[in-house]
Amino acid sequence: MNFPENLKYTKDHEWIRVEGEIAYIGITEFAQSELGDIVYLDINSAGKDLDKEDIFGTVEAVKTVSDLFMPVSGNVIEINPELDKSPELVNKDPYGAGWMVKVKMSNPAELGSLLSAADYAKVAAH
Amino acid sequence: MQRLYLSTYQPINLSTDMETETLKNTALTDIHVKLGAKMVPFAGYMMPVQYTGINDEHEAVRKSVGVFDVSHMGEFILKGPNALDLIQRVTSNDASKLTDGKAQYSCLPNATGGIVDDLLVYRLDANSYMLVVNASNIDKDWDWIVSRNTANVEMHNISDQTSLLAVQGPNAIKILQTLTHVDLAAIPYYSFQKGKLAGVNNVLISATGYTGAGGFELYFENEYAEKIWNAVFEAGVQYNIKPAGLGCRDTLRLEMGFCLYGNDIDDTTSPLEAGLGWITKFTKEFTNSTTLKKQKEEGTKKKLVGFEMTERGIPRHGYEITDHTGNVVGIVTSGTQSPSLQKAIGLGYVPSELSKEGSEIKIKIRDKDIAAKVVKIPFYKS
Repeated sequence: MNFPENLKYTKDHEWIRVEGEIAYIGITEFAQSELGDIVYLDINSAGKDLDKEDIFGTVEAVKTVSDLFMPVSGNVIEINPELDKSPELVNKDPYGAGWMVKVKMSNPAELGSLLSAADYAKVAAH
Repeated sequence: MQRLYLSTYQPINLSTDMETETLKNTALTDIHVKLGAKMVPFAGYMMPVQYTGINDEHEAVRKSVGVFDVSHMGEFILKGPNALDLIQRVTSNDASKLTDGKAQYSCLPNATGGIVDDLLVYRLDANSYMLVVNASNIDKDWDWIVSRNTANVEMHNISDQTSLLAVQGPNAIKILQTLTHVDLAAIPYYSFQKGKLAGVNNVLISATGYTGAGGFELYFENEYAEKIWNAVFEAGVQYNIKPAGLGCRDTLRLEMGFCLYGNDIDDTTSPLEAGLGWITKFTKEFTNSTTLKKQKEEGTKKKLVGFEMTERGIPRHGYEITDHTGNVVGIVTSGTQSPSLQKAIGLGYVPSELSKEGSEIKIKIRDKDIAAKVVKIPFYKS
């Protein structure tokens, strides 16, 4: 399974890609494979200030539902507009076209508490 | 992300001692694992929940053919001159209408208005019957029937030696016909024949299923499981035959509005409330029939209905149903995004006055009331 080195991860199976003070957030390849066919992203957090570990939305697969948690604190500045019509992008391209939210981080120091690709791989293998 | 498994492939009555219990395998477990199936504990068995994906397997069954290993299901043989009498007393449907080679859907009502289990009753001959019950209820059903067996009916629980493959879909008949001389087209729905299939004698070939896609269910002894599985898959290559897991079994049955025990019906739901009046026949006496007859005459306060979401959201087992004023009036018993219809559908109990087609209800999804309307089942019409 693929866990890109340039991303940080949470034990709850989110990834985060940092570009300056902006970050993109999604779920890992492992997470999408565990969930199965994703059919709906219920994300209503646009414009909201959320703390690390707050719920920013919910992902619904055919037979599973999971809450999505913020890896870091910040303001949700965009929800991936493609996911409303094509939620299966999360299955097909979890680290690319399947990104979920774009966040302006309020405390980038929190990134230090996240997992590296190697450490996350151990979580996923457990 | 925190994963919450829902309904069918979550062990429903997970008892605390479950973890120390050994999960059973079917005769085909090694094959499922080799095929890369995701295996989950279900009703005391390790079962394949999906192979390539629920939507993919669902579509294979609707459009061509898929094969389910449902060997976890329970089978009881009841034999002797009093077998029919016992079946008549414990089940709600009228088994006296069965002739040799016919099967019927039925249920075991309990004494308090609910349902012990739903089941299939097969008449093998005038003095022998096979009952097919849910895996999670094998012990409960066995004890229930044994305790009512007052006239020495010979009973055998053959669940552990019996394998069951459901070969489902419009192309199932073409594939299976290449493996048997039994004329499959001559077996009507809810009928069966015993015959040689893939070189194995005495396979019970039943024109039944839980998908609404057509096809057959094959009952045979465990030792032939791999042989029959392999023969069916070889014969099905040109139809792109696929193994199908419990995940799509659930989406397929839900599109048909078929009840799932433990979700839509249980020890507390009346067969009449559940829309099973058609298998509740007052032509005979059976467990709790007097009360149920009265319930039928007076009408039930609540009913199991099908509904589809008219706003975005997916209903799930256990979600509350509210009316236009926001009062909680019912509960969702099954729900999913329908792969065939591409919309969110569900079953749930509502007050009878809200059970008419077109009634507007709301489903409480993560503290929001999302609009839905009552629709006729089956949701999917082939």
